[in-house]
Amino acid sequence: MLKDLALIFISAVLTNNFVLTYFLGICPFLGVSGQMESAWGMGTAVTFVMTLSSAICWVFYHFILVKFNIIFLEYVVFILVIASLVQIVEMFIRKFSPPLYEMLGIYLPLITTNCAILGMALFMVTKKYGFIESVVFGFSAGLGFSLVLIIMAGIREELKYADVPKNFQGAGITLITAGILALIFMGFSGITS
Amino acid sequence: MSKTKLLPIFKKGLWENHPTFRQLLGMCPTLAVTTSALNGLSMGLAVMFVLVFSTFIVSLIRRLVPAQVRIAVYTIIIATFVTIADIFLKANFPQVSKDLGPYVPLIVVNCIILGRCEAFASKNTPLKSVIDALGISSGFLWGLMLLGSIREFFGSGSIFGITLLAKGFKPLIVMILPAGAFLVLGFLVSLINFIEKRMKKC
Repeated sequence: MLKDLALIFISAVLTNNFVLTYFLGICPFLGVSGQMESAWGMGTAVTFVMTLSSAICWVFYHFILVKFNIIFLEYVVFILVIASLVQIVEMFIRKFSPPLYEMLGIYLPLITTNCAILGMALFMVTKKYGFIESVVFGFSAGLGFSLVLIIMAGIREELKYADVPKNFQGAGITLITAGILALIFMGFSGITS
Repeated sequence: MSKTKLLPIFKKGLWENHPTFRQLLGMCPTLAVTTSALNGLSMGLAVMFVLVFSTFIVSLIRRLVPAQVRIAVYTIIIATFVTIADIFLKANFPQVSKDLGPYVPLIVVNCIILGRCEAFASKNTPLKSVIDALGISSGFLWGLMLLGSIREFFGSGSIFGITLLAKGFKPLIVMILPAGAFLVLGFLVSLINFIEKRMKKC
């Protein structure tokens, strides 16, 4: 049991990283990775929402959707759960850390449309995880997202001082950096087998 | 409303407001499913279906929805059409549905769709919104197909499953791996920047 959980953890953080192998959560990955501080904020917010929504989505899926045989509504239900959670987190951050709220700006409500979170909920269903497995999966997927986001922010802060060819400035160089990062993460792929 | 007014709206999505290369929206499916040109095509068509119908509905009800809950309402509308598209694909094209995997349901959170609902359909007439949706999704479609063709050509030596390169060719596996997606898109975005600058000079 513990071994399975460790496996889920390592695979979600390193080998099957959501951003670099499933391309989930690319929009915030490209959007908020400009500064270290906002990367930390975004990472924390996403990990928090992901862990919570994995638990709540699991309960909704098994006790409502399966029970009443309305699985075809899963997308609608999952997105509603995630949207309301994001709303709560947003209110929470606005109240307790206005500077962080200011900094995350538009990206906070956009966590709703962060594919990583809905993707996690869908994977959790297709992989037939139990409750504890789902929560661990949600938490480690969030952690993996934060890890890559923070690494990327570190690289991009240094990139500011680099002499990038004009046409590559902005999105071009960011995507290519992400490509190289994905190549590096491929090196982890032997760990779990 | 004259035709001359509608055409620019359509054209805008094809180049000037291109969702992938200009706005960098809807990145997940763009990068994930473009391992082959065919996958790009099917994803593009699925997004087109969802985008056209949801912007149509959103623009029909734009005066009825209170501003505070609009995002939630839009999301539910989009999720409904995505469910329809998903069930349709599963029933009629099981192979396509299997290849696209979780990325069909993930159209729900494709920022292009929510973005068009919020930025255009909530302020314009149904006809204009549909034209705008068609333009944007055609732009998305050609972007996906271009990316898919390049990756399939270098990664497996074929386009649309038709082998183009001779036997001696060693496929560049990296192109169909995740890293290749980022690299190709990075170079494409830079290329488009370059073309744009050239066009402005003329």
